[in-house]
Amino acid sequence: MNRQIIKLFGLIVALFAVLIGFTSYWSVFDAKALKEKDANKRPLLEQQQIKRGRILAADGTVLARSVPKGHGDSLRYVRRYPEGSLYGHPIGYSFVQQGDSEFEQFHNDELVGNESEFSSILDELRGRRQEGDDIVTNLDPTAQATALEDLREAGFGAVVAIEPKSGRVRVMASNPAYDPNRVPYELTKLNENELETPLVNRATQGQYPPGSTFKVVTAAAGLDSGEITPETAIEAPSPLDVEGVPLENDFNESFPPITLDTALTQSVNTWFGQLGQQLGQKTMFEYMDRFGFNSTPAIDLPSNQVYASGVFEDHHLLGPNDPVDLARMAIGQERLAVTPLQMAEVAAAVANGGKLMKPQIWSRVVDPDGRVTKRLEPSQYSQPISAETAAELNTAMQGVVSEGTGTNAEISGVTVAGKTGTAETPYNEACGGGTDENQAWFIGFAPAEDPKIAIAATVECTPLFGNDVAAPIFRDVAETILNGE
Amino acid sequence: MTSARNRELLALVPVALLLTAGFAAVFAQESARIDDASLVYGAYFFALCLATHIYLRIRLPNADPYLFPLAALLLTFGLVMVYRIDPSLARDQANWFVFGLVLFALTIQFLRDYDVLERYRYTIAVVGLLLLLAPRVPGLGQQVNGAYLGIKAGPLAFQPAEFSKICLVVFLASYLREHREVLIVGARRVLGVTLPPLKHFGPMLVVWGASMFMLVFIRDLGSSLMFFAAFLALLYVATGRFSFVVIGMAMFLVGAWFFASTVPHVHDRVEIWLNPYAHPRASGYQILQSIFAQADGGLFGKGFGQGLITVPGTNDALLPAAQTDTIYSLIVNELGLFGACGVVLIYLLIAARGFKIALLSDDGFSKLLATGLTAVFSIQAFVIIGGVTRVIPLTGVTLPFISYGGSSIVANFVLLALLLLISDRARRQSAAAERVGGLALEGSR
Repeated sequence: MNRQIIKLFGLIVALFAVLIGFTSYWSVFDAKALKEKDANKRPLLEQQQIKRGRILAADGTVLARSVPKGHGDSLRYVRRYPEGSLYGHPIGYSFVQQGDSEFEQFHNDELVGNESEFSSILDELRGRRQEGDDIVTNLDPTAQATALEDLREAGFGAVVAIEPKSGRVRVMASNPAYDPNRVPYELTKLNENELETPLVNRATQGQYPPGSTFKVVTAAAGLDSGEITPETAIEAPSPLDVEGVPLENDFNESFPPITLDTALTQSVNTWFGQLGQQLGQKTMFEYMDRFGFNSTPAIDLPSNQVYASGVFEDHHLLGPNDPVDLARMAIGQERLAVTPLQMAEVAAAVANGGKLMKPQIWSRVVDPDGRVTKRLEPSQYSQPISAETAAELNTAMQGVVSEGTGTNAEISGVTVAGKTGTAETPYNEACGGGTDENQAWFIGFAPAEDPKIAIAATVECTPLFGNDVAAPIFRDVAETILNGE
Repeated sequence: MTSARNRELLALVPVALLLTAGFAAVFAQESARIDDASLVYGAYFFALCLATHIYLRIRLPNADPYLFPLAALLLTFGLVMVYRIDPSLARDQANWFVFGLVLFALTIQFLRDYDVLERYRYTIAVVGLLLLLAPRVPGLGQQVNGAYLGIKAGPLAFQPAEFSKICLVVFLASYLREHREVLIVGARRVLGVTLPPLKHFGPMLVVWGASMFMLVFIRDLGSSLMFFAAFLALLYVATGRFSFVVIGMAMFLVGAWFFASTVPHVHDRVEIWLNPYAHPRASGYQILQSIFAQADGGLFGKGFGQGLITVPGTNDALLPAAQTDTIYSLIVNELGLFGACGVVLIYLLIAARGFKIALLSDDGFSKLLATGLTAVFSIQAFVIIGGVTRVIPLTGVTLPFISYGGSSIVANFVLLALLLLISDRARRQSAAAERVGGLALEGSR
């Protein structure tokens, strides 16, 4: 029987080897994938035992901090948002059961202090508990408050303000807002509110028809490609037959040959429609790409919470070879859907002499000892247009505010450049299905000679026009920021 | 053979030190101080081990010197882990440990001539079966997670399967000792497959029936698997016919497959094993959390007392049944892959010593009994570790000597006592044989 006993022992050894094999697989080889499973709350729970860093506004106002609860084994930190709904967007939230979103999610590694493996081992040896770093943002509390207040009066919508030279995001407001402190109690309710969708950051996820604000892109493409100069005059009859459907100007007004300045100031549809057709789809799409359309903006927010802008069909972006009504696209119609962030980037690029900087919310990372460990170094995303083109557009956009369709954006003592937009959105279910609904826009920057701030403001489901409802928001926010300089 | 006992004593010292260090680590984690209590616990533990050692020195001087220290090592692991989960459970566990040692001593005291077991083999088999049946007796049995595993009579609750495994092994060892010759000689080849003689195979079918019965009525997939595997191991060792094992395995698989598709509890267990992510918050929760806990351990673990067992600030289990079923996952979590390898290695060493005893034994009954006891012990460890690592479906079997639970500890101490009894006789005989050989050599000179 001894031979069999030895064989049986061999089998037991083999079985135990299988156990070691599986244990190694779960604990080492597959560990990373397991930690990323949705059902696995362990990483979050462990993070909860780490004191998460604070998030601060540019002036030091605390936007998010962690407070201890319990002690010993049950010590954990819970997130508090002292400013309530004011920074629900873009800061987001971070809770164990509900997960995290927006800025909290994107900057998680810094906020929980996930340093290199080596330094964390050193910390462990020194008996030091892992502690997160603070992050100071570029957000301007006064301007953020102004933006949200104005939006609450005007309707649902969003405001994005970017410093053109650095890409620093000074304001990102979205209405309706939500109070992140309430998320642990009413996340389901917030999620199920399909009418208001308060958890959607409209600044980065709102996909709206841009209306006439898109004419800035068309004009930029025309000037920069050399198709037109500021002196080029084009006749703009109304109505103009485009692909069998007449395209009209406001009040069905026909224009003799006019230059870009007049066309932009009066927002002449048939002028830009013809320019778009002259440029061709390839050139139009090329300039859109350069401004950042058709891809996810390079902002420091989770990429699944920032949407691309472009021409959509069934939620898919169309390309330069897909059938598109060019004339209507050139004036911001067709199936164009853009985010307020993208339109703010267009304004910022024109303001910054044609250079588009990467928009960034964070400014610097400060470790628990108060040392700055990382500092934002502004970087260029692209140069969509030449400095010359930018200067020519700047001039034309000044006319819009001083004598054109955007006079409500005027700030006394400051030259403002901008463009209004009013996209008709009848039968829009989000607006209740009425016929008299518009998407009102204003994009612009100030001071025009040395731009300090570029802003996009938009209001959905309003019977009013861009100049009536969006331009005043631009004015208030720009004024607040310029006064704070 | 005092050198064997000296080796045992020497091995017990590091075990006691390990226990002291383990408790010190848990205290340090909990209250950031080194508590004297860890020294006191270490001293108690060492005193108990020492008393047992002295008893063995007197009663079984020739017994295997490593088995008891290895079991004590596992208990150390268990005590510290259970203490770290819940100090009040550890107190129970320590009481069971003392009670187990008493039963251990009693077994050695009264079963010194363990051949008497052979005489009562059918009685023992019936007792074993009755024990298995008991949880289904109304008013006596308890249902845990859909399986009938426990008996509750007043304040006394225990899991009879732990004891019936010993009864079953005793019966099988005795029966096979007597019938192995006929099973081998009477075997017939049919269509190239060696079949056992039907006449002598009747009682074997009873074992198969008992396993299936457990599957259906007790709904205890784990014990069923453990019993049947031990049976096949013994059958193979007794007859040397691998084909018997294959036939047995086929029978078990057919039965298990049939019941897996008809008995909901068994079906669910298999379903969870195959698709744990189907219901991650309900039925799949335990196995998923078990694996997530292991993923968190990595190579070196998070350290004693550092792992999460409940969701902080609540009583919601993050690692359900951490003190029993999933204690191995907690070990991986806190001590890492290396700690887990250590635990598996201890089981392997116990298996090696157990089979060594079987090899040294002279008579068939001792050989088969030692083999059976070692096999059932090792397979139990495999079934539960395999369960929490998703090698096989997760079932409610305890991890011998480590999991919290009185029945498990006491029953395994009885099992250990039997192994030591067999070992003492075998080594005494081989030593005597050597001495005789030596004398003969001297005489011839």
